[in-house]
Amino acid sequence: MSEIRYTDQHEWVRIDGDEATVGITKYAADQLGDVVYVELPEPGRSLGQGGEAAVVESVKAASEVYAPIGGEVTDANSAIAADPAKVNADPEGDAWFFKVKIADKGELGKLMTAGQYADFLKGL
Amino acid sequence: MADTQQVLRKTPLHTLHLELGGKMVPFAGYEMPVQYPAGVLKEHLHTRASAGLFDVSHMGQAFLSGPDPARALERVTPADVIGLKEGMQRYGLLLTEQGTIKDDFMFSKLAGESALYLVVNAGTKESDFAYIGEKLRGIATLGPKQDRALLALQGPKAGEVLERHSPGINQLTFMKVVRATVAGAPAFVSRSGYTGEDGFEISLEGRDAERVARALLAEREVLPIGLGARDSLRLEAGLCLYGHDIDETTDPVEANLVWSIGKRRKEAKDFPAAEKIMDRVLNGAPRKRIGIRPDGKAPAREGTEIVDKSGHIVGRITSGGFGPSLNGPMAMGYVESAFAADGTEIHLMVRGKAMPARVAPMPFVPHRYKRASNPD
Repeated sequence: MSEIRYTDQHEWVRIDGDEATVGITKYAADQLGDVVYVELPEPGRSLGQGGEAAVVESVKAASEVYAPIGGEVTDANSAIAADPAKVNADPEGDAWFFKVKIADKGELGKLMTAGQYADFLKGL
Repeated sequence: MADTQQVLRKTPLHTLHLELGGKMVPFAGYEMPVQYPAGVLKEHLHTRASAGLFDVSHMGQAFLSGPDPARALERVTPADVIGLKEGMQRYGLLLTEQGTIKDDFMFSKLAGESALYLVVNAGTKESDFAYIGEKLRGIATLGPKQDRALLALQGPKAGEVLERHSPGINQLTFMKVVRATVAGAPAFVSRSGYTGEDGFEISLEGRDAERVARALLAEREVLPIGLGARDSLRLEAGLCLYGHDIDETTDPVEANLVWSIGKRRKEAKDFPAAEKIMDRVLNGAPRKRIGIRPDGKAPAREGTEIVDKSGHIVGRITSGGFGPSLNGPMAMGYVESAFAADGTEIHLMVRGKAMPARVAPMPFVPHRYKRASNPD
């Protein structure tokens, strides 16, 4: 079973063994509005937890996407770079941003569960 | 308890914006819709394909009256005001004493009326009105119309839509202005706008605004459009946003707005800092406002540094983003004049990387005004 964790910057991360898949939450996609540009990290790049990993831009504004967990980038979703509108259509599914090989699973402790994230959104 | 937060003002359409699901943001002291549920992209494309209704009631409206308001207004603008014919509107710059741009504005002469009707930017209206009032003291009187609303109906379907609510209005051509009745309400209507499309700007009594807006929104061609799409539309059209692309640090020559200086005014040199400005018209300014097309897909935003191939900073972006109709990034900014020619290769420093780009002609999307010489 994979598990999903969330950050207070509205990234989600799905853990499958030592691989993590990262994207932005539906809340983040809705707040951004129509996504028109996505910049993804190159495979092989080493990311620290909380470090700048990707960029997502709507018509009006640019936002950073931070790495929810540290590790080496193993894959990036070129489909969303080619068609950024996918990020609005399915932010927590097909429109994942990148995958990393997790360096330290202990970092997961700093992230929110789905229930905690839902409560966090209610407080915004 | 003292409320230290600035209280945002509301336009007469505030209730309607909320009802339409507008996402309200602070803008120029007002609470305004940045977008509606359709979103910026759809609102933008809809305006270019059909018609969009914008609430621009936050802008400053005023009448300038006196024995010769046109001659008086020429004290603060280099535009040809005296030469403006009845029933016409014109674009002008409000200049500081140093010849920099205090604001840009529209002025109109309604047929048979001696007062001039002015529309200035929202963020500068108090300061503009105080400045004009002071500079023209004793020769003209400025009367701000704070109770008026202003709607813009923009897009290729705007003419046929407005015709249904104001028979005969579709005969107006670009930059003409009339008093008319719109959906039963008294209005002044000009064929103008800030999108590059054909369209109208409709000044109404505040109390009539919501009813007229509802009547226009009930037309199947019309969607409400927020400030987000207003900005992407005007940038595609190559139009300046005051406080970003022009301000009190830029002059008309640098800003490439010399076309707004009247021919008679250039010869008479009778406007603020005319000698300095005309010297720059003849001999050139050290920097120029230009259009920019990035080669790649990444938008470059306001504040982005522009560098030459050796990495020297040669300018800065003043407006930048993604053009939905252009389907790509676009920007406007200032560069040293040696880099201002169309096609010049430049680089934009985006997130620490030098992105290749080119100086490009504006508008990025062709204007589609209904000019008198272009009947259809």
